[in-house]
Amino acid sequence: MAEERITPRRMLDVSALPDVTFASRSITWWGTLGMMVIEAGVFALALASYFYLHSRSDTWPPGVLPPDLLWGTLNTSIFVLSVIPTEWYRRRARHGDTAAVQIGLVLACVIGIATLAVRYEEMIHLNTDWSQTAYGSIVWLIMGLHITHLLTDWTESVVLTVLFFSPHIEGKRFVDAEENASYWYFVVLTWIPIYLVIYWAPRWLRS
Amino acid sequence: MNEQRARLIVEDSPSESPQLRAENLARIWAEPIGFWGWFKAVHHTTIGKRYIATSFGFFLAAGLLAGAMRLQLAFPEAHIMGPDLYNQVFTMHGTVMMFLFAVPMMFEALSVYLVPLMVGTRNIAFPRLNAFSYYLFLFGGITLFAFFFVNSGPDRGWFAYVPLSGPDFAPGKRADIWAQLITFTEVSALAVAVEVVVTVFKLRAPGMSLNRIPVFVWGQVVTAFMVIFAMPGVVIASTMLLLDRTGSTQFYNPAVGGDVLLYQHLFWWFGHPEVYIIFIPGTAIVSTIVATFSRRHVFGYMALVLSLIATGFIAFGLWVHHMFATGIPQMSESFFTAASMMIAIPAGTQIFCWIATVATGKVVLRTPMLWVLGFFFIFIIGGMTGIFVASVPVDLQVHDTYFVVAHFHYVLIGGAVFPMFGAFAYWFPKITGKMMSEKLGVWSFWLFAIGFNVTFFPMHILGLRGMPRRVYTYPAGAGWTLLNQIESCGYILLFLGVLLFLINVWRSLRNGPIASSNPWGAGGLEWATDSPPAPYNFLDLPTVNGSEALWDAAPDQPVVVGLHEDVREILTTRLMDAEPEGRDEFPEPSIWPFVAAVVTTALFIGSIFRPIAVSIGAVPLAIALIGWFWPTREESARRRERDIWQKNA
Amino acid sequence: MMALVTAVPGFHGPQTPLDPAGPQALQIEHTLFLIFWITSLVTAIVFAVLTFGVLRQRSKGGVPPVLELNPATERRATWIVGGGIGVTVILIFVMMISSFITSHRTAVLANSATLKINVYGHEWWWEIEYPNGEQPYRIIRTANEIHVPVGTVVDIHGTSRDVIHSFWAPNIHGKKDLLPGYWNDLTLEVDKPGTWRGQCAEFCGLQHAHMAFNIVAQSREDFDSWYLAQLKPAAEPQTTQTIHGREVFLSHPCMMCHTIRGTTANSTVGPDLTHIASRSTIAAGTLANNTGNLMGWIANAQSIKPGCRMPPNPMPSTDLNDLVAYLETLR
Ligand code: HEA
Ligand code: HEA
Ligand code: HEC
Ligand code: CUA
Ligand SMILES: [Cu+2]
Repeated sequence: MAEERITPRRMLDVSALPDVTFASRSITWWGTLGMMVIEAGVFALALASYFYLHSRSDTWPPGVLPPDLLWGTLNTSIFVLSVIPTEWYRRRARHGDTAAVQIGLVLACVIGIATLAVRYEEMIHLNTDWSQTAYGSIVWLIMGLHITHLLTDWTESVVLTVLFFSPHIEGKRFVDAEENASYWYFVVLTWIPIYLVIYWAPRWLRS
Repeated sequence: MNEQRARLIVEDSPSESPQLRAENLARIWAEPIGFWGWFKAVHHTTIGKRYIATSFGFFLAAGLLAGAMRLQLAFPEAHIMGPDLYNQVFTMHGTVMMFLFAVPMMFEALSVYLVPLMVGTRNIAFPRLNAFSYYLFLFGGITLFAFFFVNSGPDRGWFAYVPLSGPDFAPGKRADIWAQLITFTEVSALAVAVEVVVTVFKLRAPGMSLNRIPVFVWGQVVTAFMVIFAMPGVVIASTMLLLDRTGSTQFYNPAVGGDVLLYQHLFWWFGHPEVYIIFIPGTAIVSTIVATFSRRHVFGYMALVLSLIATGFIAFGLWVHHMFATGIPQMSESFFTAASMMIAIPAGTQIFCWIATVATGKVVLRTPMLWVLGFFFIFIIGGMTGIFVASVPVDLQVHDTYFVVAHFHYVLIGGAVFPMFGAFAYWFPKITGKMMSEKLGVWSFWLFAIGFNVTFFPMHILGLRGMPRRVYTYPAGAGWTLLNQIESCGYILLFLGVLLFLINVWRSLRNGPIASSNPWGAGGLEWATDSPPAPYNFLDLPTVNGSEALWDAAPDQPVVVGLHEDVREILTTRLMDAEPEGRDEFPEPSIWPFVAAVVTTALFIGSIFRPIAVSIGAVPLAIALIGWFWPTREESARRRERDIWQKNA
Repeated sequence: MMALVTAVPGFHGPQTPLDPAGPQALQIEHTLFLIFWITSLVTAIVFAVLTFGVLRQRSKGGVPPVLELNPATERRATWIVGGGIGVTVILIFVMMISSFITSHRTAVLANSATLKINVYGHEWWWEIEYPNGEQPYRIIRTANEIHVPVGTVVDIHGTSRDVIHSFWAPNIHGKKDLLPGYWNDLTLEVDKPGTWRGQCAEFCGLQHAHMAFNIVAQSREDFDSWYLAQLKPAAEPQTTQTIHGREVFLSHPCMMCHTIRGTTANSTVGPDLTHIASRSTIAAGTLANNTGNLMGWIANAQSIKPGCRMPPNPMPSTDLNDLVAYLETLR
């Protein structure tokens, strides 16, 4: 190798390649994906534990009512609708549309607050507490896991929004904006099975 | 080579002289100096070396604890240690060896240092996360030993079954310390897993298509995936345990619908893959060393890679074989027996391919090769006893006896420690620029190899004579005394072997002969740069033409040009064929990862005493993370006017 | 190398899987030996080939240049490796089947069980109960010593009162965990009269090392007479010394933890002492049951079994003498 260093015969010139790349072409995207897979694994095992505990108990939910549907369903609809603005600013981000992304991010923060507020009501109407039965514990654990995701994603959105109103706007920021959107999709996607399990499983498995 | 790359090829000679570029790159990629500089370092060789040193330190510590156990067990009804201390010692030994030595050494340490070099890039993906993961690992280990020294070491075994480790039967903080240590190590392992996957997916040298990735890198990628899919199991298990203990939840309390086997299922969902997470990097090392010291490409590249992947998959179908005695239905028992024995097929395939490589090659018996040969003899025996315990009826007899202890030391030490010592001897010149003493190397090998068998072989017999594991002493009349004493003598040989190795390292570092860039005439890219590698790894990023880059290089193998060299810019390539795809800029050194790690540590330890600590700690943690990611004005400005946007985005 | 295992003498004794005393252990031993011989053979062959491969062509001295691969040799190697894998698959299949058959055989025996014994794991002793059709006046309770008639199929029906323990008498059958919240069954049949030792196999805390029990296999007649003896309440003390001994027992904390049927002591924290003198060991196989050991144990169990759930009981030596004298009348 040594002498090869002195005078390379042929060279691969990469100076023309882009450095603002999205989705599968961006390193950050793969990083976020990795984190999502890990967190998805945690959710999956938490839900599996829910059903394992159900299989070990002859009454389900044991001696309590299933969680009230109202607030959970409300939050679910917010999650589903939130996809529209998110998808919009995600697409604009790829074209470097600052204004659109600014609006989108502000919306994201507002939606985040809304879901957290409703989530608070959800917790009040779970009809169980974590320390009475294993059922209560697993329900609270699953909800808690999802709340953590809401909180982290919300913080991320706020920070990014600030950046987008600062002189730091550049290619990387738009990549970050896109990541933020896809991470929100992850939060929404994980919520669907959780909603079904927490709110509907007890009604279907009622015994 | 496809035309998309052909268009980028230019016939030219470099604009400025290599010396100037080298100096410039060295300045750009240099690690910060001075006291605080130490805490800002982000280059994978720096962090990698720290990982190696730290995890090996933990190996020594846990090895000394093993000595304490061997001393206690050398005499029946001995009172050198009481049950309380002995339980802490064997739990510490197992926990430290598994979570602070085996996984961090075989996976984190080796892949952080070697993978970026082997795929021909300038740093690992997410360098700051990498630094963070190291500090977390370090602090986790320090915490554990700190509590051990104040007589609060975990004492429930390395898998802390409930209810023994639950709120009712494990007073004090010992079990909480254990659970939190697990959190520390899992976070750092997961972080590195993501870094390794992304590094290998996106940062490979042009031309390193999937079928040209070195077997070692394949091994570490498979391991990374196993970490990603297995760790959530122990995350959930240990979290539920902590909540039961500190948050008054009821996950494992049978009285109110909780279940004690839930913990075992969750733990072994992780615990079994864990053992292959330890073993697969070992095989990756073996494949590398066998090829270099047989002077040929490893036999059956495809078969090896497929066996690695197969092992990775099957590993997730075995967890129940640790629970045969819990009385699960016979149908599922049979399934897990079948799966457990099935894993012998990929293992065998690898063994046979290596033997074929050796037999058809020209063997060079240097220290690294010796350790690998040791691996064969030890590991195969361990694997075979694995087949014993895979059979339900046989396992019902030997489960939780010294037969199992023998099994797992044969596979762990044969499958991980022997390859590890081989790897040290093999890559020491690259990492330090010095050669090790062959003479001392051979001596420490034989001491360790003989000592190992003297220590662990009799354990098979003890197990078959009915000696349970995890007993702090045994009756004089049981007929176990002599064998235990033989084992304890074997420990002395092991000790001397390791000690000799340490002496060898120390002497070689001080006045070992200078190592050339490629002393073994090996084929991996890591040997294409100087020993030790410059902070920018490669002056010209290489392109690759085969699985052994240097052996397969075309006479006019092109090199990469056109990256900005006034910033930490690297080249990204496509997942499948590793064709150049884009450029990315890596972050500068920073103190924030260290700060974040300190805060996280405080949060974890605090939560043991007051669950609220999690919420309180979250605030400074958020601040640290923001500082971590916040860009400076000038870099934003610079990038803004240089940005080239991806077409048809 | 593995051949050493069988070369080593002394797999005979009251606590080894390789000295079977019943059909279960015997079945398992067969599978164990089958796997042993297959794996030893394969290991031997693999080692031989490997050694040959290493010695075949070594380079003395320096590092030679990289070899040119010869397609013919590669092809031959491929065949050999392929063959090896094929053989592996077959052998694994053989061992798997044998293992399944054994599992099945040991399982079906359960159907012919005629005697049921409840076992409760405690930190760190075994509570034994002969429910006997749940007729209260026919139930007997004892500790750390299980009597079974030779040749009878026994169903050990077990659970735990605290943490996980594992019931294991290797000469008779493999182990089975006793888990809180679960009832597990283990079928035993002993063919030879004799005393076999079992030990807790699942780590259960401080005294996991001292949690053994005995299985006493005896003829039908002996078993029945033992059973009738156990049914009786504690023998009335005759001498002044033993009468005083009983007072000592009832006036000390003893009665807060132990039962002696026929007296006011009926707690279940510790083993039932109604027939303590009939047992060969005390403290879950830790000590032989003799006067000296009883005195030592009662005076300060902690010095013998640190951490065990029985506190020291300081008392004047005369009281202790009388107490032990009384306990020794309880056969
Ligand atoms: C590096 C770690 C490692 C590795 C690689 C293995 C490999 C294997 N292990 Fe092991 N195992 C452990 C680490 C490991 N194990 C640990 C730490 C424990 C105990 C945990 C605890 O309780 O503390 C354990 C426990 C353990 C148990 C539970 C025992 C019990 O608790 O009762 C079982 C049961 O099935 C088992 C099986 C196997 C099998 C079938 C393999 C197979 O992968 C082996 C395959 C390899 C070979 C078979 C040899 C090479 C093959 C050939 C030469 C081809 C020819 C072969 C044949 C014809 C058979 N292991
Ligand atoms: C990779 C994992 C690993 C490794 C390498 C080892 C290595 C060793 N282990 Fe291991 N062991 C386990 C993993 C491992 N063990 C696990 C998981 C358990 C189960 C725990 C449980 O049941 O929960 C276990 C349990 C276990 C037991 C059973 C305890 C019991 O059940 O009661 C024993 C008993 O002998 C033992 C002994 C040893 C010995 C003698 C070594 C030797 O190989 C050690 C060799 C190392 C040395 C000899 C160190 C030399 C040190 C120096 C030279 C220091 C010099 C000083 C300075 C420079 C400061 N181990
Ligand atoms: C706080 C509870 C407690 C008190 C008080 C107590 N014991 Fe015990 N005893 C136990 C327990 C628990 C065991 C089983 C210990 C073990 O084997 O781990 C035991 C075991 C014994 C044994 C051995 C039984 C066997 O079969 O192994 C004897 C004999 C005994 N106790 C006698 C006494 C006498 C006499 C006293 C009073 C002077 C006494 N105990 C007071 C709890 C107690
Ligand atoms: Cu009970 Cu171990
Ligand atoms: Cu396993």
